[in-house]
Order: sequence, then structure tokens, then C-alpha cells
Amino acid sequence: MSTVVSAAQLSARRRLSNRRETVAALLFISPWILGFLIFTVWPVIYSGYLSFTDYDVINDPNFVGLENYVTMFEDPRIALSLTNTLIYTILSVPAHIIVALALAMLLLRAARASGFFRTVFFLPKMTPAVAVGVLFLLLFNGQDGLINKMLRAIGLPAPYWTTDPFWVKPGLVLISLWAMGSSIVILLAALKNVPVELYESARIDGANLWQQTTRITVPMISSTIFFLVIINTIAGFQMFTEAYTAFFGSGNTTYSNDAALFFVIYLFQQGFEFLNMGYASAMAWLLFLVITIFTVVQFVVSRRLVYYEGDQR
Amino acid sequence: MTSTLDPTDAAARAAAPLAAAETAEAPRVVPPRRRTTRSRIARVVLYVVLAGCAVVFTYPFVWLVSASFKPRSDVFDNLLIPKNFTFENYLTIWQEAPIGVWLINSAIVTILAAVTVTASSAMVAWGFAYFRFRGRGALFALVIGTMMLPGAVTMIPTFLIWNGLGATGTLTPLWAQNLFGSAFYIFLLRQFFLGLPRELFEAARIDGANNWRIFTRVALPLCRPALAVTLLFELQASWTDLMRPLIYLRDSDTFTVPRGLKSLLDQFGFGGEYHWEIIVTASVITTVPMIILFFIGQKQFVDGIATTGTKG
Repeated sequence: MSTVVSAAQLSARRRLSNRRETVAALLFISPWILGFLIFTVWPVIYSGYLSFTDYDVINDPNFVGLENYVTMFEDPRIALSLTNTLIYTILSVPAHIIVALALAMLLLRAARASGFFRTVFFLPKMTPAVAVGVLFLLLFNGQDGLINKMLRAIGLPAPYWTTDPFWVKPGLVLISLWAMGSSIVILLAALKNVPVELYESARIDGANLWQQTTRITVPMISSTIFFLVIINTIAGFQMFTEAYTAFFGSGNTTYSNDAALFFVIYLFQQGFEFLNMGYASAMAWLLFLVITIFTVVQFVVSRRLVYYEGDQR
Repeated sequence: MTSTLDPTDAAARAAAPLAAAETAEAPRVVPPRRRTTRSRIARVVLYVVLAGCAVVFTYPFVWLVSASFKPRSDVFDNLLIPKNFTFENYLTIWQEAPIGVWLINSAIVTILAAVTVTASSAMVAWGFAYFRFRGRGALFALVIGTMMLPGAVTMIPTFLIWNGLGATGTLTPLWAQNLFGSAFYIFLLRQFFLGLPRELFEAARIDGANNWRIFTRVALPLCRPALAVTLLFELQASWTDLMRPLIYLRDSDTFTVPRGLKSLLDQFGFGGEYHWEIIVTASVITTVPMIILFFIGQKQFVDGIATTGTKG
């Protein structure tokens, strides 16, 4: 009898302490909840609403139904900016990961000096993207740029990276490779977790460096590579600052280049330069849709390709 | 392609030589001496390649700093040591643009952004890490989920909020959102809190400490390395941001340094007056604080990034 009472008391006490714990937790979390409601939930809803309107900030939003979405299909600059963004992302993501992996593998073998070189490789990541945009204009300048002077010196063709529509995006990919320090650091951390025994036994088996890389390294760190693919793809789709700095803005409109019109740049122009906020909102949803499709596809594909340790998938 | 990445295949391959070694002692093909010379050559090659890469990675910095000490006509001469060394660009830029004001604006925004986001994110992260309550998992999934939402979707309504509050043209929209925490840092700090032994907090509770005291006096001091990472990451993110200053700032006197650099580029770059020495100098001024920041918090930056990748 007494045991039953104490059990009931205990559960009552526990319920009380549970409620107290919940209240305390919610108090700690409250800043985020508040911010989530104000700066995520409401903006998402309102952006959805705006995408069906004509809105210039000064006059009230004017409901136009699907017009913005229909216009997007007919707007050649939507197709252009989307294509530009796709090309840039498709070029930059593999380039990023291959170069970063190669450098991380070199660092892994450098033993004592690896800390020093890691610092050096990471440093460019600190450069503000505006300055990267400026450096792009200067170092990749067709006539006087350092890159082209070097290319000419060794007898290679020196394209006009900052003006030739064909070479603008490869140029931007190259300059973005300069600031990929975080990918190197992340891959190096992953490489350090690969058991050395795997390589030792592979070496005894006569596997060369290429075989070791493709059969051991890449599969063992595939989850990290996948993480970087996702992150870099999302970042690629939202490319803005470097290209905007170099090719757009108030003064250098004579210099603007359609080959560098990325989707977010065009969205920014529509929203904040032409004040077509309804249209820009519709564009934002299109971007969200494209990013979501890409991410989902990458997740589906990854299920076949990615190896998670201690996980039977 | 699939077969190379197939884990079972890799495991089988890795296991096979072990089995072989058990049945038959494999004779050493390469005599030990030749092997060391070969590996010594390999080491030399390795360091030469690494040094070459290091030059490529540092060269743009050196080029930029060097160019900022050259007169207008020499900017593109690509010499590492300026032929005609001059300090004039730094004086000219001070007259041409309110660089001092920009630096102060950037400092204000950057410090406020970093301090507020660290404090608020730590609080929220602690709420998720320490307490057990129904719906915790789902709520935390929501926090992580917000990271997938592209900034472009919320950009316009967020502008309308600040515009409605009359805050456009001020520095407030550049940092005030950080009062509400940021998903990435909440994730990072929660991860760190979860790694701390729970007994410490239970001991404090038995000693009569309330929830706030446990958080501020026990958890936060233990969390210092992760707080430093958060602070440094946000200092960098906030200092280098261009998009928000482009959206919210109109007058030159309210500009941050990157926004100022962009306006100088518009004025003196292509389509402008071709005064590249000014732009180069402004770029150096924009970049140097970040280099200093990196050398202060080198370890935190590198460790912080490495953690992101392995736990993400």
C-alpha cells in the first residue's frame, strides 16, 4: 500500500519537475523561437504572398495572380542567369573538391610541417569577398594581369578572363579556388581518421597511389566529400559578392557582363535596384525550388555512393 | 563508378592482403636502403610541391600589399618590391573617402554582431543540450532546417521589416538579427555542451545553483573554446559581408569598409577614373583586419572548421 502511494507521489513530483524543466528550456530557447517567428516564418509567408503581387515598396502590393511566374518563363535574363549559375556551380564544385582533396593529401604526408602549410592554405579564406572580386579584376586582367603575363611567358594562350563571356566563369572559378581553405581543413581532418592499416595492407598487396586513393581514401571519406558537395553546391547557387563586385554596381555599368549575371545578382537587381519586389520574391522561390531539387537528387545519389562508418546502409 | 565507391568492396580489398599475409610470408621485394633513398626523394618532391602551392596561395596578398605602395603607373608592373616606393596612396585615400568613418562603422557592426550572436546562440544551445522536454528533437530539427532555406527567400520581407521600423540607412539591420541566435552556431555550441560531463551540472544543482547560475557559472566557462570559435567566425562573417550593406546603406557616411571599397571601385575602377592604386590600397585596408584576426585566432579557426566538417 505504502509503496503505491510513494510511487504516485514520485510520478507527480516527476511530472512537476518535467514541467519546470520544459519551462526553463523554453526560456533558454526563447530568443531563437522569437527570431524564428519574426525573421523566418513571417518572411517566408510574406514572400510567398508577395510573389503573387506587384510591389514597389511605395504603393500597396497589388495582387496579380501567377503573372510573376509566367513572366519568369518569358524573361530571357532569368534563363540567362539560371544557366550562368548552373555552369558556375557545375564547374566550381568538382574543381573545389578535387583540388582541395589533392592539397589535403599532400598536407597529410607533410607530417611536421603540415600545420604551417595548413595555415598558409587557409589564410586566403579570410579575404573579404569584395577584395577577392577586386583581385579577380586585377590579377585576371586580359592585358596587364599577372595571370596572363605568366601564361604568355610560357607560350600559352592568354584569354580575356574579365571581358570574354566564355572565360568569365572559368576565371571566377579559379579565383574562388584560391579561397577554399575551409574545404582543405575539413578534408584533412577526415583523412586523419582513415585507419593507417588500410593503406599498409593495400601497399603489401601492391596497390599504387592512384589505387589507394580511389579504393581506400575516397570511399572512407565519402561522407565528408558528400557534405562538401552539398555545402559548395548551395553556396555556388547563391554566388553573389565576387561577381557583383567585379561586374555590377553603380559606376561600372559600362563594364557589366552578362556572362557574370548570376541568379542572386539578377534577383538583387530586380528587388533593390528596379524595386520589383513581387517579381524578386517569385525569383527567390524559383531559386529555392532549384536548390531543393539539386539537394534531394544529391541525397538520393549519395545513398548509393556514400559510406558511413558503423552504419549498414 | 559505383563499384569504386562501394564500401563492402573497399573493405574486402583491404581485408584480402591480411589473409594472404597469414598463409604465406611475402618476401620483401625492395631492399631497405633503396627504400629510404626513394622515400627521401619523395619527401623532397612533396615539400617542393607544397612550397610551390604556398607561393600560389600567398602571392595575391603580397601582390596587393606591394601594389598599394606603388604610384599609379606602376600598379600593373607585377614587381614584388615597388620600383618607386610611395606611401602616398594611403594619404590620398584618406582625403578621397571617409575611410576612418567606414572603419569605425565596420568595427561597431562587427563587434555587436559577434557578441550578440555568441551570447544568444549559447543560451539557445544550452536550452537544447541540457534540458529534456517533449518535442526537443523536432524543435532542434527545425533549427537545423532553417539552414537549408536560402537567404534570398527571406531577404525582401526582412528588408520590409527594417524599413517599416525606419531602420534602413542605419547600421542596426546589419547586426540586430543576431540577438535571436543563429542556427549554425546553435548547432556548434550544442555539440560542445553535449560533450561536457553532466555530473558537473548535477553537482552544482545539489549545491543549490539555479538554472541561470548553472548556465553562466558552470557551463559557459567550460565552453570557452567553442565560444571563441563562434565569436571569431561571426567577426569574420560580419566584417566581410557586402550584401546587407548594399541593401540597407545609402549614404557614404554609414558605409562599412567592404561597402566603401565597392563604392571606390565604382568610382575609380572600370567605367570610372582608372585609379587602381586607390582601389588596391582600399582592398589592403579591408583585408588587413581579417589577417590580424586570423593570427589571433588561428587555432580556433582551423579547429572550428575541422569540427564543422566531421560533425555536420
